[in-house]
Amino acid sequence: MILSNDRNHLLSPLGAKITLAVLLLVAVLVPLLNLSVPPGSAFHVPTYVVSLLGKYLCFAMLALSVDLIWGFCGILSLGHGAFFALGGYAMGMYLMRQIGDRGVYGNPILPDFMVFLNWKELPWYWYGFDAFPFALLMVLLVPGLLALVFGWFAFRSRVTGVYLSIITQAMTFALLLAFFRNDMGFGGNNGLTDFKDLLGFDLQDDGTRAALFVATAVMLVLAYLLCRWIIGSKVGRVLIAIRDAESRTRFLGYRVEYYKLFVFTVSAMLAGIAGALYVPQVGIINPSEFSPANSIEIVIWVAVGGRGYLHGAILGAILVNYAKTYLTGAAPDIWLFFLGGLFIAVTVLLPKGIVGSLDQLRGRLPGGFKPKAQAKVQEMPGE
Amino acid sequence: MSEAPVREVMIQSEAEPLEPAAAPHPAADTILYMDGVTVSFDGFKALNNLSLYVKEGELRAIIGPNGAGKTTMMDVITGKTRPDSGEVFFDGGIDLTKLDEAAIANLGIGRKFQKPTVFESQSVFNNLELAQKGRRDVFTGLFARLSGEQRDHIGRVLERIALTDHVGRLAGNLSHGQKQWLEIGMLLMQDPELLLVDEPAAGMTDAETAKTAEMLQEIARDHSVVVVEHDMEFIKALNCHVTVLHEGSVLAEGSLESVQNNQHVIEVYLGR
Ligand SMILES: Nc1ncnc2c1ncn2[C@@H]1O[C@H](COP(=O)(O)OP(=O)(O)O)[C@@H](O)[C@H]1O
Ligand SMILES: [Mg+2]
Repeated sequence: MILSNDRNHLLSPLGAKITLAVLLLVAVLVPLLNLSVPPGSAFHVPTYVVSLLGKYLCFAMLALSVDLIWGFCGILSLGHGAFFALGGYAMGMYLMRQIGDRGVYGNPILPDFMVFLNWKELPWYWYGFDAFPFALLMVLLVPGLLALVFGWFAFRSRVTGVYLSIITQAMTFALLLAFFRNDMGFGGNNGLTDFKDLLGFDLQDDGTRAALFVATAVMLVLAYLLCRWIIGSKVGRVLIAIRDAESRTRFLGYRVEYYKLFVFTVSAMLAGIAGALYVPQVGIINPSEFSPANSIEIVIWVAVGGRGYLHGAILGAILVNYAKTYLTGAAPDIWLFFLGGLFIAVTVLLPKGIVGSLDQLRGRLPGGFKPKAQAKVQEMPGE
Repeated sequence: MSEAPVREVMIQSEAEPLEPAAAPHPAADTILYMDGVTVSFDGFKALNNLSLYVKEGELRAIIGPNGAGKTTMMDVITGKTRPDSGEVFFDGGIDLTKLDEAAIANLGIGRKFQKPTVFESQSVFNNLELAQKGRRDVFTGLFARLSGEQRDHIGRVLERIALTDHVGRLAGNLSHGQKQWLEIGMLLMQDPELLLVDEPAAGMTDAETAKTAEMLQEIARDHSVVVVEHDMEFIKALNCHVTVLHEGSVLAEGSLESVQNNQHVIEVYLGR
């Protein structure tokens, strides 16, 4: 008789398979319908929709990063928008340097806003951003290092629960104020914008837009697989143990702070990648991305989709943002009320979110496939 | 068990050949040495100059009325609470007051809590796997796969705690008694040198209690065990040395019989 680990039902292969299949299908279909179907056809997907969908997928990745720490380790970060924005700024800096002398002031080195501020030379921290690989490295390193340092202090001092949430809010708020300042050298209030091209491809071009969309979908799939791999490993089981009974986990000899630090840093880097993919598709990054309300919104996406499922976060982000697009167009005044109401409704009526409720329903169906929370005790010859 | 003497020799050979004359050092075969330990919460002394010595391989029962400081004593040993004063040494010369929970756990001290604490949203199997002795770092955890030997170990423990048929159930769905056993099983997976067991029979039926006593006696054959319990029948079944705690210090020590006939103990238990 061979005992084996259960496939935790949180990772129910069905939900995972559907998610992957849909994402891959979309990654192929959307660019195809955009580029190969003529604009007159009913099946044509206009370019603005491609970019809109790309934006949703970036948000989905951001939500995924929050679910990794909140759903599986109980770390409720209300500052994840900061990591997203930092990744976005790193990409924005690359895009600014790509403009070269095509800016309004025609300065080959300095971005327009620096010329406008009468700066004579490029600040040292802008060096290297003309090289794409360097920018990519920074997309990962800047959010990752911030998370590492921040987490080191927070987790070592055993800051948990509401207190941790509050200090993450404070972190993103501090960054918001900092990035607003002109002398920080990130374009102040206006942020970075007027991008021209990426790796030599025109950002206004349909092909570039479609490629960015595909890149986003592929990165989301990879991020999802990475999260699933972590959660499916023993580390995932330790994280869940920390979430459910932190001090018990310590008494088993696990260094809780290192596990938290690991997953928090990975999560921040995923958020950074999401931000980097977001910026070329929306064409701007400014300090409002650091606003505390943004970070709270991410948590709502995850709660709506279902915390602790990974694909729940993806679903929640896409649905809520679709509603946002629709409502801010149809009735801009009620969006915030809607968001607040949605959060309350989900907390009260669907505490496990959409995916969680479906999962429960499936368990109750007579003869239906019960979520297998059971470890398999397999009879296997040899091995 | 077999490692312990080796470690002693190493400690001694690393130090001077002569016994260090400084603090009154615990004897070499003392697995747990507490001397003059005091813990106060807002002026109230939960432990008051408590001294307790447990020999290697011993099974020791600790009894005492509610609030006597039994759980606090375990908190001190496992690093959850720092004593205001006093010494706590493990396995000869290791000063526990300087270490944190994880470090103490990794030294080989396992703990079962008064209120059963298992990982409710994970299966019985996973609970045991998490407790299993082995490397605890993140990197190892990412790539860890259970070896055949480790699976066998889990299988053996499952049998010992009578949960083989429940291996796949979520720990949160077990009965109260089964949770207590699972926690004992987790201790076995850790394979610590010293087990601290806080009220294992609380809330159990008589049959479960008897079975638990049996389990602990079996465990005590190759581990040092300290058991806190209220239930006199249970203590009787353990058939071991008993320490009575009262208001944070030791009131009496000896066989259950001698302790039960002790005048002070009778006063504390019956006098109020
Ligand atoms: N964290 C704490 N803060 C304040 N008082 C405490 C704390 N922990 C324990 N106590 C008090 O210390 C005394 C001993 O408690 P405890 O060790 O739990 O007793 P026992 O386990 O023997 O029933 C009790 O009076 C309890 O109220
Ligand atoms: Mg107690």
